[in-house]
This record gives sequence, C-alpha cells and structure tokens, in this order.
Amino acid sequence: MAASPTSASVPGPNRQGLQDLIFKWTTWFFAVFVLLVMAGIIVSLVISAWPSIERFGFGFLTSSEWNPPKERFGALVPAYGTIVTSVIALIIAVPVSFGIALFLTELSPRWLKRPLGTAIELLAAIPSIVYGMWGLLVFAPIFGQYVQPWLTATLGHVPGIGILFSGPPIGIGLLCAGVILAIMIIPFIASVMRDVFELTPPMLKESAYGLGATTWEVMSKVVLPYTRAGTIGGIMLGLGRALGETMAVTFVIGNTNLLQSFSLYQSGNSITSALANEFSEASPGLHTAALIELGLILFIITLMVLAASKLMLSRMARAEGSKS
Amino acid sequence: MNMNMNPNILVAAGIDPARAVPPHAAGTAGTPALSLRNFNFYYGKFHAIKNVSMDIQEKRVTAFIGPSGCGKSTLLRALNRMYDLYPDQRAEGELLFHGGNLLDRHVDLLDLRARIGMVFQKPTPFPMSIYDNIAFGVRMHENLTRAEMDERVEWALSKAALWNEVKDILTRNGASLSGGQQQRLCIARGIAVKPEVLLLDEPTSALDPISTAKIEELVSELKHEFTIAIVTHNMQQAARVSDFTAYMYLGELMEFGVTSQIFLKPARKETEDYITGRFG
Repeated sequence: MAASPTSASVPGPNRQGLQDLIFKWTTWFFAVFVLLVMAGIIVSLVISAWPSIERFGFGFLTSSEWNPPKERFGALVPAYGTIVTSVIALIIAVPVSFGIALFLTELSPRWLKRPLGTAIELLAAIPSIVYGMWGLLVFAPIFGQYVQPWLTATLGHVPGIGILFSGPPIGIGLLCAGVILAIMIIPFIASVMRDVFELTPPMLKESAYGLGATTWEVMSKVVLPYTRAGTIGGIMLGLGRALGETMAVTFVIGNTNLLQSFSLYQSGNSITSALANEFSEASPGLHTAALIELGLILFIITLMVLAASKLMLSRMARAEGSKS
Repeated sequence: MNMNMNPNILVAAGIDPARAVPPHAAGTAGTPALSLRNFNFYYGKFHAIKNVSMDIQEKRVTAFIGPSGCGKSTLLRALNRMYDLYPDQRAEGELLFHGGNLLDRHVDLLDLRARIGMVFQKPTPFPMSIYDNIAFGVRMHENLTRAEMDERVEWALSKAALWNEVKDILTRNGASLSGGQQQRLCIARGIAVKPEVLLLDEPTSALDPISTAKIEELVSELKHEFTIAIVTHNMQQAARVSDFTAYMYLGELMEFGVTSQIFLKPARKETEDYITGRFG
C-alpha cells in the first residue's frame, strides 16, 4: 500500500512484518548458537586441561617427554607427528589432485568423465579404519620393502633433505602415515578442484586457447589463478581432514613417543592417535588433563590453519584489487 | 519499421548510396586471406553450416550478419579451430590460409591461433595484471627482453586506444577496468601477438554506446594492418565498419558482397527483409 502524506493512521505491524520478525530472530538464534557451542567447547577444554596447563606451562609444547608413570608430559612428539604427516599428505595430494582435476575437466574423453569422477568421490566414502587396516597390512610392507629403499637410494643422497630419507625401512612410520593421509584427502581436494575448474567461464579458457596457449598454460596461468579461492578452500578442507584423521594414522604411524632424528622413516605419534590410544586407560588427573590439552592444541592448530588461509585469500584479493 | 528503410540505414551509417559499388565487384577485390570452399560444420549430428564458399579479403573488414542461430558465430569460431576443444564438433570442406587447408589434422593449432586471433562477446580479462594480460600471449610465442616486451605492451595498448587510460596502472588487475576498457584490453591482447587475422565475435554486444563507438573506430583503424572478420547483431554496426558483408540464414550463406551493395541493393528478398528489420 502506498502511504499518502495525508493518511492519518500509521500502518501497524502486519502479518508480513511479524513473520519476518520471527524469521529474523530464529536465524539469529541459530547463528549465535554456533558461536556459543564453539565458545563452550573451548572453555570446557581449557578447564579440563587446566591441571596440565598449570603444571607444565609453555614447557608442554617444547618437551618431548611423555611419561605417564612419572607424570611428565610434553606435546612435542605428537604435535610434530600431526604437522609432519599432514604436510607430507599435502605435498603429495595437491599436485596429484590438480592433475586429476585437470584431466577430468579438460582432457578426459566424455565416456570416462563420469565413471572416473564417481570413483574418486567413492574414495572418500571408504571408512578411515579400512584405510588403516589396508595401510598396515598391505601398504606398509610393500612400502618398506620396495619404496623406502628406493627413496633412500635416490632422495637419500640429496644434501639437506637426505636426512629425511635415512634409517631402517620398516614400512610404518611418519612417511607411511603421510602417504595414507594423502590418499585419503585426494578425493576431497580433487573433487573441489574439479568443481571450481568447471565453473570457469568457457569463454575465458577459449580466450587463452585463442592466443595459442597449450592446455597446461591455460590451466596453470589462467584457470588456476581464476579459481584460486575455491582451490585453496579445497586444499584447506583436505588439510583439515588430514590434521584430524585418527583411525588410519593410528594404524600406521607406529605410536611411539620418541623423537630420535629427523628421519621420516621413524615411528612417531600424532595428537589424534595419542588420544585414541591412551584416553581409555588414562587415570583421572594429570594424565587425562595432559591428553585434553593435546586436544586443545590440535584445535588451536586447526584454527591457525583456517585463519592463515583466510588471511592469505584476503591478501591475494587486496593484491589483485590494486597493486599500483 | 518502414519498408524503405535500407537507404536510410546507409545514410545513417555515413555511406553515400550513390557511391555503392556495382554488384560484380562482390568478393572479388583484393587478395583473400582466408578462403572457404564447400565448408560444412556439425554439432554432433546437427548440420550447422551448409556448404559455404567465400573469400575473406586481406586487410578488409568482413561482417557476418543474420538472425540468432544462423551459424555466423559458429563459422567465425571454426576459422581458428576453436571447435577442436569440443569432441563432437567437426568441420568438413576446405579452409584455405596461405595455400594450406586449416582443417587438416596436422595443422599446428598453437601457431594457427597465434596467427588468427579472437575476441569474444564478453570481455574476458585474465586474472592477472593489465601488463601481464598483454604479455601473456606474446611470451608463449616470442622470447622478448624486458624492454622489448614493454615496447610491445605499449604498442598493443596504443593500437587498442587504451594506453592513455592505463599507462599509470599497468600493474593493476585487468578485471578492475570498466567493461569497455576490458574489451579494448582483450583486443590489445589479441593484436599483441601480431596475428594476421582478427576474429571479433559480437565484440560490442555487452558494451554501452560510447564504448561501442570506440571499438568501432578501432576496427576501422586496425583494418590497415589486420584482416578482420566481425560477427554482429547490429545492422548499423555492420554497415558502419565493414567493407564486405555476409548474410547468413539457417546455416547457409544467403548473400555475400560489398557492404554498401548488400545494404542498398540486396540481390535477395530474404536479405532485404532482414536488414530492413521486417524479419529476424
């Protein structure tokens, strides 16, 4: 209704306005609820971990000792294991996923597109415990017998990174866990990359092809920069999964709280596998508090990764906006 | 629209009807840059272009007009084999360029596309700086020093009448320009690799009248150095910028000749109906 300046009565709240009001406050509640849950989790983690935080302080982060009988705990070994296995997983999974997505969007014949795309998505549907068992019983022996000796013979001689590929090839260990994690996160990264690549306007690709660019040049110099927000989102999704993955890692990482060298062949521990292995047998008190503090650290690592990716994206956007 | 519209279009387009070239000159003047012989094009089973034979003259502007779906864009896209990206599109017949048949499977597509450039309906700046947008194509085909590249970028942007507007913001992202500037950037990008032929697929359909006028002016400038083929929905634009006009309908080349003649004295009733706006 058009309000005329001469009308005496002010229109009161009608049914439309009331509905909008209810809708508005309901969505408000949902949004705030998420924040409350999140704050609640952080607060309860801090409270439960407090005995350990009080006892060890920042030393918790730098100590590699994990000795339940003597009640001395440090997070260095599991935190190191979590970060190293996730980094290995990303180093392997990102280029492979890019290759898969590139093949699926640009090079694959049409009849292969759908079955291959589905197969890659199905990889994500395999329960992680199955990955763990397969990793321990099938992959690790083959890895230790053939792949690790070969890596030692090749990359092991490269100065600087050679130390990463030294030591006895026993199959299970940090590297093995990283490779299994890579296989597990490839479907996530690859399917996100494929989806964002397919959203690239065909005309943009054609413009690059029209200048005589090769498929590789079109993908790496035009499509990848164009879709980088989505691509980075996909990589972060994969990284988040790698950081939090428990079962598969527990099977193949070796579960030792020792840090003897920088070799990736050695057994180690990750935050998640330490929690899975020890939580049921931990006595109430300092041991439990230390484990909960481990969980808090994992939470903080994940938050930092997320924040870093957001920061990276916003800086890129700003650099794009005006670099003059 | 009124029945005697065509002379008015010519006048509006600045063409003196009295100077219209006689019909026998159609498509015979000059040397052909590209020649189509019995050219056919298929989308899967759909026969989109039927038996077209024509010459595109060197350093002239050839316009393709016709109603939507008549095959004019398809024809243009076939000239640099853009259809090769899509598995169920194929062309038959001959497309002669410097004596060779471009439809031959062994043609080097990267080289071909560097020699026959293309600009699309909507501006498609690459996600990189203005400078890199221009240098992108050049880097793929030539090895220039930094100074030579700077010179080439300036040359291309000047040719596209964009240099004065962007010379101080070359590091800014191409997408930060206005639509009309972006389209001129795309034209600059196309000519930076120094192609022989420039294909323009409705280059002004997404632009405002002022940007359109700038691009049209540009086309008239560029034809001194490049062979230009332009697809347009805008009849006045075809009349203004082109030397030759091809009218297509349902995949067939209905009429092809000197622009003034097509607009003044079309040989076929269908052409006249279309350009006078009674159909299409």
